[in-house]
Amino acid sequence: MLEEILVTARSNPHVDPVMDVWGWEISVYLFMGGLSAGIMFFSALMLLMKKDRETPFAVNGLALLGLVVLSLGMTTLFLDLSHKLFVWRFYTTFEPTSPMSWGAWILILFYPVAVLQVLSTFRTGYPFFAGLVDSLPLVTKIFDLAERYRRLIAWLAIPIAVGLGIYTGILLSAFSARPFWNTGLLGPLFLVSGLSTGAALTALIARQHAEKRLFTLIDAGLIVAELLIVALLLINLATGSRPQLEAASMLLGGSYAGWFWGVFITLGLLIPLLLEYFETRGALRNLAMLAPVLVLIGGYVLRVIAVDLGQETTWIDYPSEFNTQLLERLH
Amino acid sequence: MARYAMVIDTLLCIGCGDCVVACKTENKVPEGLNRDWVVEATRGTYPNLTTEFRSERCNHCSHATCVYMCPTGASHHWKDTNIVLVDPNKCTGCKACIAACPYDARLIMHPGGYIDKCTFCHHRVEKGLDPACVSTCPTHCMYFGLLDDPSSEVSELLRTRNYKVLAPETGNQPNVYYLT
Amino acid sequence: MLLNRREFIKLSSLLGAGTVVSPLLLGGCSAHPLPGAGQVSKTPTFCDMCFWKCAGFVYRENGEPWKIHGNDNDLHSEGRLCTRGTAGLGNYEDPDRLQKPLLRVTAADGRQTFREASWDEALGYITERMNSIAEQYGADRFAMLNHGYGARHFSHLMRAWGSGSSAEPAFAQCRGPRDVGFKLTFGEGLGSPERTDMEHSRCIVLIGSHIGENLHNGQVQTLANAWRRNATVITVDPRFSVPAGKSKYWLPIKPGTDLALLLAWMHVLIDEKLYDSDYVQRYTTGFDRLREHVARYSPEWVYLETGIQPELIRTTAREMAASAPATLIHPGRHTVWYGDDTQRSRAIAILNALLGSWGRKGGLYIQEKVRLAKFPLPAYPKPKSTFKAAHGARYPFAYKGVSNAIIEASIGDDAHYKGLLVYGTNLPMTIPGIRPQLRAAMDSLELVVVVDTMPSEITGYADVVLPECTYLERYDDLRNSGERHPSLALRMPVFEPRHESKPGWWMARELGHRLGLEKYFPWEDYSEVLDWQLKQVGSSLQEMQNIGVKNFPRTRPRYFVEGQPVQFRTPSGKIELYSQQLADQGFDPMPEYTRPEQPPQGYYHLNYGRMPAHTFGKTTNNALLFQLAPENTLWVNPLVASAQGIENGEYVRLANPDGIVSNRIRVRVTERIRPDSVFMAHGFGHRSRRLRLTHDAGADDSELMTNVKVDPIMGGTGMRGNFVTIVRENA
Ligand SMILES: Nc1nc2c(c(=O)[nH]1)N[C@H]1C(S)=C(S)[C@@H](COP(=O)(O)OP(=O)(O)OC[C@H]3O[C@@H](n4cnc5c(=O)[nH]c(N)nc54)[C@H](O)[C@@H]3O)O[C@H]1N2
Ligand SMILES: Nc1nc2c(c(=O)[nH]1)N[C@H]1C(S)=C(S)[C@@H](COP(=O)(O)OP(=O)(O)OC[C@H]3O[C@@H](n4cnc5c(=O)[nH]c(N)nc54)[C@H](O)[C@@H]3O)O[C@H]1N2
Ligand code: SF4
Ligand code: SF4
Ligand code: SF4
Ligand code: SF4
Ligand code: SF4
Ligand SMILES: [Mo]
Repeated sequence: MLEEILVTARSNPHVDPVMDVWGWEISVYLFMGGLSAGIMFFSALMLLMKKDRETPFAVNGLALLGLVVLSLGMTTLFLDLSHKLFVWRFYTTFEPTSPMSWGAWILILFYPVAVLQVLSTFRTGYPFFAGLVDSLPLVTKIFDLAERYRRLIAWLAIPIAVGLGIYTGILLSAFSARPFWNTGLLGPLFLVSGLSTGAALTALIARQHAEKRLFTLIDAGLIVAELLIVALLLINLATGSRPQLEAASMLLGGSYAGWFWGVFITLGLLIPLLLEYFETRGALRNLAMLAPVLVLIGGYVLRVIAVDLGQETTWIDYPSEFNTQLLERLH
Repeated sequence: MARYAMVIDTLLCIGCGDCVVACKTENKVPEGLNRDWVVEATRGTYPNLTTEFRSERCNHCSHATCVYMCPTGASHHWKDTNIVLVDPNKCTGCKACIAACPYDARLIMHPGGYIDKCTFCHHRVEKGLDPACVSTCPTHCMYFGLLDDPSSEVSELLRTRNYKVLAPETGNQPNVYYLT
Repeated sequence: MLLNRREFIKLSSLLGAGTVVSPLLLGGCSAHPLPGAGQVSKTPTFCDMCFWKCAGFVYRENGEPWKIHGNDNDLHSEGRLCTRGTAGLGNYEDPDRLQKPLLRVTAADGRQTFREASWDEALGYITERMNSIAEQYGADRFAMLNHGYGARHFSHLMRAWGSGSSAEPAFAQCRGPRDVGFKLTFGEGLGSPERTDMEHSRCIVLIGSHIGENLHNGQVQTLANAWRRNATVITVDPRFSVPAGKSKYWLPIKPGTDLALLLAWMHVLIDEKLYDSDYVQRYTTGFDRLREHVARYSPEWVYLETGIQPELIRTTAREMAASAPATLIHPGRHTVWYGDDTQRSRAIAILNALLGSWGRKGGLYIQEKVRLAKFPLPAYPKPKSTFKAAHGARYPFAYKGVSNAIIEASIGDDAHYKGLLVYGTNLPMTIPGIRPQLRAAMDSLELVVVVDTMPSEITGYADVVLPECTYLERYDDLRNSGERHPSLALRMPVFEPRHESKPGWWMARELGHRLGLEKYFPWEDYSEVLDWQLKQVGSSLQEMQNIGVKNFPRTRPRYFVEGQPVQFRTPSGKIELYSQQLADQGFDPMPEYTRPEQPPQGYYHLNYGRMPAHTFGKTTNNALLFQLAPENTLWVNPLVASAQGIENGEYVRLANPDGIVSNRIRVRVTERIRPDSVFMAHGFGHRSRRLRLTHDAGADDSELMTNVKVDPIMGGTGMRGNFVTIVRENA
């Protein structure tokens, strides 16, 4: 028998007994980040592919959502900071080894481009407000300018969107200290998942049937890709280090199995894939809302699983000899 | 980079926790939190047993993943040494460094919100003193010094005794050594 | 009117007088100065977190308490305090401390409670009662039960007043059997710090002594040095204790059979002629009888009792002989185990004698104190009776008071004692199974005064509770313990006493003056006494306030000098292997082994001991130490755990055959304990709700000890003969 125990009670909140420094704020942020990356990507892509007619919503209306979604994500990210007054410190330096620093700066790039994207498509996307814009001459000029360069803006948006999408995964995978995260597949997985949720959201909101159909098709393709990456990830874990094996067992058969198999894989990927397959074949029209909603839920659950399980996997794990809840008497 | 190391003789450590109290008082560590802790590892089956006591803390890694992950430079190596410190005036409380530490050696300072951890008592090291825990340990089983100096006590011990570090497979190159 | 039929006050009635908001640290934009960057001052003291009395310095930064660190010139600590000593400030800062004197009152509904009183009222009340007891029965009918260094002020008061009865749990609950056993053999006890010369030992035998968990600093440090020098350590312990884990030999003995092992070792030493025959011949008496006596304790026979393989018994005996006389059979300290404890300690003493280690380097050295003059005072009156009145005939070799016997002599209308002063000892948790007697005594006694710093359980039994300030807020007597070198240490106030607490010397002096004993207290401040004494040895209070510890040269050798005769303080002047004194009183003149009781089916030996983070129950409410170890745990062998279906980390209760059920205690499943025993640290399971951190945390071993095996030689309360069964919480 091997017994490793803490002789001194140690109860550093959020570190013991298992780490949980990051909660829903980070999961939401990662989800929103991926989603907004998907949004930016598809709105730019459709524009560049001159699909104005086939996918009018994606080209003209979608970009605004990206801005909103990311801003929500940024808000929860801010909520997570425990030393909020010092948030500006992200921007007094650039730390090349820190993905979070990269992220901070990517977001700095994202915002102006996203704003430009919106400016360049707003009047077509939201004709109701176009009159308002046109009543202000200076504003009109800005919109004119943006619209003139809408292709250029879209070209800029593509790499930024991909960067943001991958970054949300790389942010975690760069943590060598958390064996579950520490795999190169998390970046692609989060990117594909981000794109998939972006496509699903578009399919959900778009009015035109053709547009819905196209994005459903795209999403189905992305789901297949995502399943492949998940399979690779599992193989990777199962052949990895001791803590990675532990992570795999928690995921496949342990405390995370229900969320992983039941919610993420089945509800979030397989069922939508099935639904989408039928939809693209013209069946199940009245269930059209279901698949994208499930995909969005699945995308969020993926982030929750990743954030929570990742924190639980660790190189070092000692049972405490004492009931550290007693320490609450100190306060 | 000048490398400071702590060397702890597990053959003498009795797991008394004095190092923990010494740290708490010296560094005014807030209630309920610890910068160091003591682990007991028992192997075997009664009556064929061994135990090992280890006083643990931040390893002041040469390859400090916490520093690499910090987005603001708040976590940094002190004065071109391996001593890893946090500058509270740069720390946002994003907690990336906590997740980045394979040894779970960082704590959250309440209610300030910034991150705190073992400093190797650099305020004492600067004055030529041993860290508080080292200078308190009643069995004198802890040693502190410069690894780069081949004549230092720590270098000498690592040359002449068997030792190990915790989870070397993390690649962090920790600088707390355990004599076995 | 007498306050008879007193009720035990749970003190919770006083709770809720205001909750304390823990001071919040400033966050955000505050400056972050490094520790010690402010104005730092240091004041000497010697530690009172246990009875070892290590000297150190208390540091303040900008006037705020900062830390305590050992004094480098101090032999007790070698410049390093232990875990508890380092945490001393937690006792000073404890928000649950007693703040004002308390007086027992009976409320309208007949329930008794305390109310706060002024010092004047409280001391006036005590004076009146003490005078009334003295008039009705005599001053000698007032006894004191005390523990700790500060008690000296009250001992002085009691003796000046004419009382001759006092007792410490340090005798009948702790080291009494050991010191009696050694006195009977060598004519002297071991002292505190013990005269063990471990820093020079080449072989050390620990019988139960779990040094490392028992944190008596000088013992820990000298043992650590022995390990460093690769000395052979042999640990006899049914549990894989901390020192067992660092020993060359661990003998996982069957509980309670140590005496058999000791006799077998003697057998081997004599049989194989490994003993120090020159030493034995020169200094001892009764060797031939001893040889005859131990002849039947062969390792083979003893194996059946102890479970220790004969070959291992022989090998370890040979190891001891090979290093002799630098071989120490450690006398232990808490030795009230199975009621045969004086005899077991005698066996340890005899074994040391056979190895020639008493008075020899690496064995048991000769201590020396400073010859410190007593402050000139009139002689004490001769008390009409002493503690012997309580138990003299029953325990002939109790050269000190037996605390439990004094309590027993306080029960009933015709009881010998009529009043009791309790200083610094938490009797209900300290004396096994004493609670019923304590309540009965409280019912009969006319005055119970408790002097304490904390609202410990004992305060609930008092008529008057006097709040003492902690050791960091007062002067006490100079420390002058027998050691390797003579030395003095100063304890002085670092802080003003908090709230309305007062130093013991002040209380004793005030009471003295009120009782008409002014001539015994001719000072305004106790520092005058210390200064006078220090000046007699060429120092001064002022000097000591800077240095804290002053070492003096030895005037006598530390070990026996080769060729010089030694006079032992025994009747024969020799080391008494055979004890005529014992024989004369009808006890075995040489230790005999009796088989201990075995636990009934489903029961386990209740094993207990120390944990490094705490001193009994007196530090469990100290926030610094509470954070280290907020409760005790029940060590359970995995075989037991699986048989009983118990899981690591679950809470269980213990029940003893008398139906006493303990508090909840958390299970630690570990291989480090024998399957026939369970283990827990003593000092937990406080019931006083005013100890807000520690109340109800963990379980109390003492309440489960209803089967007390009293040592007939000296009255020690053997605590290890108790059995418990495990009751699952949710079963
Ligand atoms: N941290 C800390 N240190 C302390 C104290 C404290 O409160 N806290 N108190 C101090 C005081 S006053 C004292 S008296 C000492 C006491 O310290 P010791 O004298 O060392 O204590 P014991 O109670 O004799 O020994 C306890 C050990 O005896 C073992 N034991 C139990 N039953 C048997 C048996 O039948 N045979 C043998 N051979 N061993 C057995 C237990 O497993 C345990 O390891 O500690 C002192 N040091
Ligand atoms: N069940 C069981 N019983 C035991 C033991 C055991 O291991 N198990 N061990 C035995 C041994 S070895 C010993 S030595 C005894 C020790 O027995 P005690 O000396 O009674 O030990 P504590 O329980 O710590 O009680 C100390 C009391 O002194 C108070 N106090 C602390 N500091 C001060 C002060 O400065 N001034 C005053 N006035 N009061 C103060 C505390 O608040 C507490 O109420 O217990 C013995 N009893
Ligand atoms: S103070 Fe020393 S002996 Fe005690 S636990 Fe710490 S390192 Fe070990
Ligand atoms: S132990 Fe953790 S906190 Fe310390 S330097 Fe290494 S990675 Fe950083
Ligand atoms: S919490 Fe503070 S120290 Fe840690 S990574 Fe974030 S900014 Fe750096
Ligand atoms: S080196 Fe200093 S900060 Fe680090 S654990 Fe030791 S006392 Fe604490
Ligand atoms: S051994 Fe520890 S608690 Fe006891 S006096 Fe020394 S420092 Fe204080
Ligand atoms: Mo004791």
